[in-house]
Amino acid sequence: MKVKINGVEKSLDVDPEMPLLWALRDVLGLTGTKYGCGEALCGACTVHLDGHAVRSCVTPMRRVDGHAVTTIEGLSPDGSHPLQEAWLEVRTPQCGFCQTGQIMTAAALLAIKPKPTDADIDQSMAGNICRCGTYPRIRAAIKKAAGIDGGDQ
Amino acid sequence: MTPPLKLSRRGFMAGLGAGLVVVMTPGVAGADEPSGRAGTVPPPEKKLSDGLAPHVLIHIALDGTTTIVCHRSEMGQGIRSSLPVLIGDEIGADPSRVVVPQADGDKKYGDQNTDGSSSIRKQYDDYRKAGAATRMMLIAAAAKRWKVKPETCTTENHFVIHLPTKRTVPFADVVADAAKLPVPKQDIVLRPIAELKRVADDHLPLIDGTAYVMGTAQFGADIRFPDMLVAVIARPPVVGGRLVKYDATPALAVSGVKKLVDMPTPKPPWLFQPWGGVAIVADNTWAALKGRAALKVTWDHGPNAIYNSDAFREQLLASVRAPGTKYRDLGDIDAAFAKAAKTVEAEYVVPHLSQNPMEPLVAVARFDDGRVEVWAPTQNPQQNRTDVAKLLGLTEEKVTIHVTFLGGGFGRKSKSDFVVEAAYLAKEIGGGRAVRVQWTREDDLQHGYYNAVNAQRLRAALDEGGVVMAWHHRTAFTPIGSTFDVSIDTPAADDLQQGVTDVALAAPNVRAEACRAEVHTRIGWYRSVYNIFHAFAVGSFIDEIAHARGADPRQVWLDVIGPARKLSLAELGIPKLPNYGEKLDKHPVDAGRLRNVIERVTEMSNWSTRKGRMLGLAAHRSFVAYTAVVISVVPDPVRVFRIDETWISMDAGMVINKDRVHAQLQGGLVMGISNALYGGVTMTNGATDQTNFRDARVARMRDVPRRIHTDIVASNEAPCGVGEPPVPPVSAALANAIFALTKKRLREIPFAKALHT
Repeated sequence: MKVKINGVEKSLDVDPEMPLLWALRDVLGLTGTKYGCGEALCGACTVHLDGHAVRSCVTPMRRVDGHAVTTIEGLSPDGSHPLQEAWLEVRTPQCGFCQTGQIMTAAALLAIKPKPTDADIDQSMAGNICRCGTYPRIRAAIKKAAGIDGGDQ
Repeated sequence: MTPPLKLSRRGFMAGLGAGLVVVMTPGVAGADEPSGRAGTVPPPEKKLSDGLAPHVLIHIALDGTTTIVCHRSEMGQGIRSSLPVLIGDEIGADPSRVVVPQADGDKKYGDQNTDGSSSIRKQYDDYRKAGAATRMMLIAAAAKRWKVKPETCTTENHFVIHLPTKRTVPFADVVADAAKLPVPKQDIVLRPIAELKRVADDHLPLIDGTAYVMGTAQFGADIRFPDMLVAVIARPPVVGGRLVKYDATPALAVSGVKKLVDMPTPKPPWLFQPWGGVAIVADNTWAALKGRAALKVTWDHGPNAIYNSDAFREQLLASVRAPGTKYRDLGDIDAAFAKAAKTVEAEYVVPHLSQNPMEPLVAVARFDDGRVEVWAPTQNPQQNRTDVAKLLGLTEEKVTIHVTFLGGGFGRKSKSDFVVEAAYLAKEIGGGRAVRVQWTREDDLQHGYYNAVNAQRLRAALDEGGVVMAWHHRTAFTPIGSTFDVSIDTPAADDLQQGVTDVALAAPNVRAEACRAEVHTRIGWYRSVYNIFHAFAVGSFIDEIAHARGADPRQVWLDVIGPARKLSLAELGIPKLPNYGEKLDKHPVDAGRLRNVIERVTEMSNWSTRKGRMLGLAAHRSFVAYTAVVISVVPDPVRVFRIDETWISMDAGMVINKDRVHAQLQGGLVMGISNALYGGVTMTNGATDQTNFRDARVARMRDVPRRIHTDIVASNEAPCGVGEPPVPPVSAALANAIFALTKKRLREIPFAKALHT
């Protein structure tokens, strides 16, 4: 099947039921997308499918065939996406494991709502778990990237 | 116990970890790279040039490049952004010239078990002396060249400076000379704390921040090799269960499944052994998972199939309703209760808790020519090395454990089971072919080392004035000792130090007893361990006393603790206190420091003028640090209440990286809220009921207050633990706030069960 991954056309010969997550990680070597639960409960595997945030752990390859996928590796070539920069300024990560999924979910939010409210952030980020408890700084980093008040922690 | 770090020229390079070296050069995004290409495999060990290596953690190359090895695991606590700062400040290093490789598991590094909030606390003096000795050697070399006294020189920003003449020389120009000098053993002069410039910085950057936000940081499952195999394991659902038989045919019929391998069956005590079962080895993760789903296994569940949480809860409560073994005894509580004007009593229950790090357990290994090499997100690489060597029948020299980034640990990754599984399979597969053992979230929940399940009963005798004259505390929980010795079924003194025998009390009559709790699963430690339930019970009970007295909880907290003082063993009513491995004169039970954080946190939260606000307060000493929390709740039409604001104050002595300590306070609050609201692993017929985050709920964004205020007491006292102490007081503070709002007293975790939210 044919999939555009981070802007590059890829031809993949995999089980059509294989979740996108494992195709990215095991076949393409794109390990920035993380496995956390396998059931769309934690958000660690979040990528963009045609610009929308999806949980790649429950997205079979047959649904991806002919579509465009962006992973954390494709969000920016050099870590210069405003969210990545804000994430560092606020020093958001602790262990770092869930952070790529958090950033991908937040990026999809800002793409449709450049100035999100706290309620928007609660709603959009509800599916992304962080066990280190970086939530306050995730919120602050999103606000900083969006250029709205409350973006310091 | 491993020996303390020693200053030595030898052994710096051997075993410098390969696992994390790649993160030193972030920017390899890996995008669009085919499997197995460069950038996905960690580079081999780097040989450093000659230079100055006065300590196992420190090397300065002839060009001045300074290597400070991080020998403790990075799991989110920020050790990689802290330890090199402290050592670098002592040396006088330019941070842009410092590289921080991650050490393999090796005894030469001293204690590497990243556990017990000990990485700074226990080795702080060693780190500073190591940095200072390095600085003294650089200065000695420069002073000799300048023919000046070393005392007239200092170092800064990678230069040696002669203070009277302002002459400078770069480290690179004196390294070769310094390397010929003897390493100072005595009379090592530490810098005044005021000169530790980066330690004074409130906003130190994250050393691995860029790698984290770009997705290039390598966690356990991110280690890849060409032709690597992936295994998932079907393990017995009940501890002590065993494989009876299975039909391999449907699993082998799955495309990509290569073979099935029987895993060794463990024998009690469980220690850190793998669980046994059968491994499904495949080309990729998806094939392995499908293979396991197709496998039909018959298990013998063994003697622990009798374990049911509801029945066990009743057993624990019965246990604390009868006398246990006395561990704390002061005065005469029976006489005090006999003449009490008022008695307050309550029972508290906390279930097993699971660590649930975001990164499920995983390890990669390859075996070739009698040697095994493992990459793992491990808190305890030396233990892994020992355990792998034992099971595989190798000497430890033939076992290499590389430490990757940990996607959280919280105590679960201190155990070797997942690491040993990978090493065992690598040997079975052989030929140097790498295999990754991938645990699923379900595996992680079902095959845990759970925090102990607990019941407590507390009683207080009050006089006419409401003063607590007697304090009686009984606790029953499944001790961790049972993991190492099957005969242990009752907590002991080492266990009770966590919030029972070390609680500062003004009451003249005190008794604490440990009650029996037989063990039917594997018990391990989870961030702050027994403090979780002891702080919940004690912190709730003090609030209950306050309400029984009709007094302000803050005042009752201060009354119950008593005046500022350092409590002797006699005043505590105990013969000894393990004190987290610290001497009591260095880290006393200091009621003044506990009072101070209570006073600070109640001042920050405007406790005394709170008017209509519904606040809950709790405080606790753990890992020799002091933490106090205030939580504010407001009514919520759907969820009964919502936490709208929290305040937390901690006295952890001197802190190295303030930003990471603030982060630990925020994260500890969130984990404490998560434990209180949703925590709990339950058992039916010996098997864990919870399967994934849908029924093993944890705090999400909406559970966390939008306003969290963190406060660190400025101190030059000896460093205390930081990672765990923020957690314990949170659940009681929340229960007390909910009581203020609803008049409903929550004495059992998880709260969500009673509140139906």
